[in-house]
Amino acid sequence: MENKLTRNLYKVPYLLWILLFVIIPIALVLYYSFFDIEGHFSLGNYQKFFTPVYLQMTLSSFWYAFLITAISLIIAYPTALLLTKTKHKQLWLLLIIVPSWINLLLKAYAFLGIFGTYGISNSFLKVIGIGQQQILFTDFSFVFVSVYIFIPFMILPIFNSLNELNPTLVDAAKDLGASKWTTFRRVIFPLTIDGVKSGCQVTFIPALSLFMLTRLIAGNRVITLGTAIEQHFLVTQDWGMGSTIAVFLIIIMVLIMLLTNTRKRGV
Amino acid sequence: MDKKITPLSKLFLVIIFFILYAPIFFLIFYSFNSGETMYDFEGFSLEWYRQLFHDTRLFIIVLNTIVVALLSSLFSTIIGILGALAIHMAKRRQTKNALLSFNNVLIVSPDVIIGASFLILFTMAGVKLGFYSVLLSHIAFSIPIVVLMVLPKLTEMSPSLIDAARDLGASSWDVMSKVIIPYISPGIFAGFFMALTYSLDDFAVTFFVTGNGFSTLSVEIYSLARRGISLNINALSAILFLFTFALVVIYYFITQRNKPNDMGVRKR
Repeated sequence: MENKLTRNLYKVPYLLWILLFVIIPIALVLYYSFFDIEGHFSLGNYQKFFTPVYLQMTLSSFWYAFLITAISLIIAYPTALLLTKTKHKQLWLLLIIVPSWINLLLKAYAFLGIFGTYGISNSFLKVIGIGQQQILFTDFSFVFVSVYIFIPFMILPIFNSLNELNPTLVDAAKDLGASKWTTFRRVIFPLTIDGVKSGCQVTFIPALSLFMLTRLIAGNRVITLGTAIEQHFLVTQDWGMGSTIAVFLIIIMVLIMLLTNTRKRGV
Repeated sequence: MDKKITPLSKLFLVIIFFILYAPIFFLIFYSFNSGETMYDFEGFSLEWYRQLFHDTRLFIIVLNTIVVALLSSLFSTIIGILGALAIHMAKRRQTKNALLSFNNVLIVSPDVIIGASFLILFTMAGVKLGFYSVLLSHIAFSIPIVVLMVLPKLTEMSPSLIDAARDLGASSWDVMSKVIIPYISPGIFAGFFMALTYSLDDFAVTFFVTGNGFSTLSVEIYSLARRGISLNINALSAILFLFTFALVVIYYFITQRNKPNDMGVRKR
């Protein structure tokens, strides 16, 4: 294109966005993490992060995120596989995705009613003879609701990669005498691993940081990294410590991204 | 692939669909309760809807939410298209990859980090927390989504289309407005739509950057829900569900209509 000035001019808003809303915010978080609550420069926040309290919180946050991701995957994979075999599969997929468009807080709120002391799940437990249980404000309810929320996000990428899978490969495996399980293990699953990876990515990272669920459903019994950040920023106003936790969350995020790096391989 | 579905797997799918939809319909069901709890259905009434429609505060919040969503998706679509073009036209592979990585930062970042870092940013820059801070952050986190929706359309477009237009004497602007934009318009619509839903759905980022005076629907629901059960929220969720469903239907028809045929040319 001949006009060099206009060619570069249109890039300005986008590059400005990258600078203002991508680079500077991360730099600011890093910068703030070196200041204590009184505004003095110190490494105290990092020291504090490596005390048992914070390390334990990080570990338990990891554990919950892992649990949520694993359960979502176990439920989502077969669902996606079965969905690709239905007629009108795009329509069914759309119906799976609809609940993910309902506001997350409304879904969490629904479980306040369902899991409540007199809620429908407790009446059910009473009928089958287990009796009333405390379900709300436990880690079980936190994991359940999180899985409920993440399932559509897990199904979508897996469905897409299953949908792209060349069916002749499966036929070929069958012709060569592979059993259904072998076909799945050696052909279908390895070829859809990219979908699984991106599904895990979109589940694991938010699962580390959903603070509204821990507040509403787990009643502060579960403290995730996200809850801690929110607490420091909006409740105790200790932005330095909040930023420090955020820095670690960013580092974890980058590691996970590298780990689940989806490189396209030709098939 | 095996096209048969066994009854057992059908049952599995039915259970999944049931679990996904039951909580939503549970909410909607109790919005018609004349009582005040979500466990004891006393009788049918529209009382909660009546209260909802007389709640002017809530009405203003709904308006705020819609205004922020529309404005932010409009701006983010414009900047996102420019961004997709910038990435597409980048000559060096490294530049392209670098831009793409920067683009994806906000998509993979957890909401808390986006919210917290924007809160620092706005405080440092002296932007008063309220409508503008919320709008700016919604624009900011919607841009990368638009880029990702538009970019595939650009890469799929054959470069010979542009060459042909140039050979026929089109100026840069003509190429843009008469060839590129019409070709990528399905991506633009999808991007705008996604930005809209992201903005309507966002809670965490808004929660951080909203001040005292300004509230969106998600933030309002959160603060109501923290106070406990109030069937106002149920009535609200029923309306929102209908609204979402309408959006989905519209979206479905738009994508069906825009589905390119094999030649990559849209049918008239």
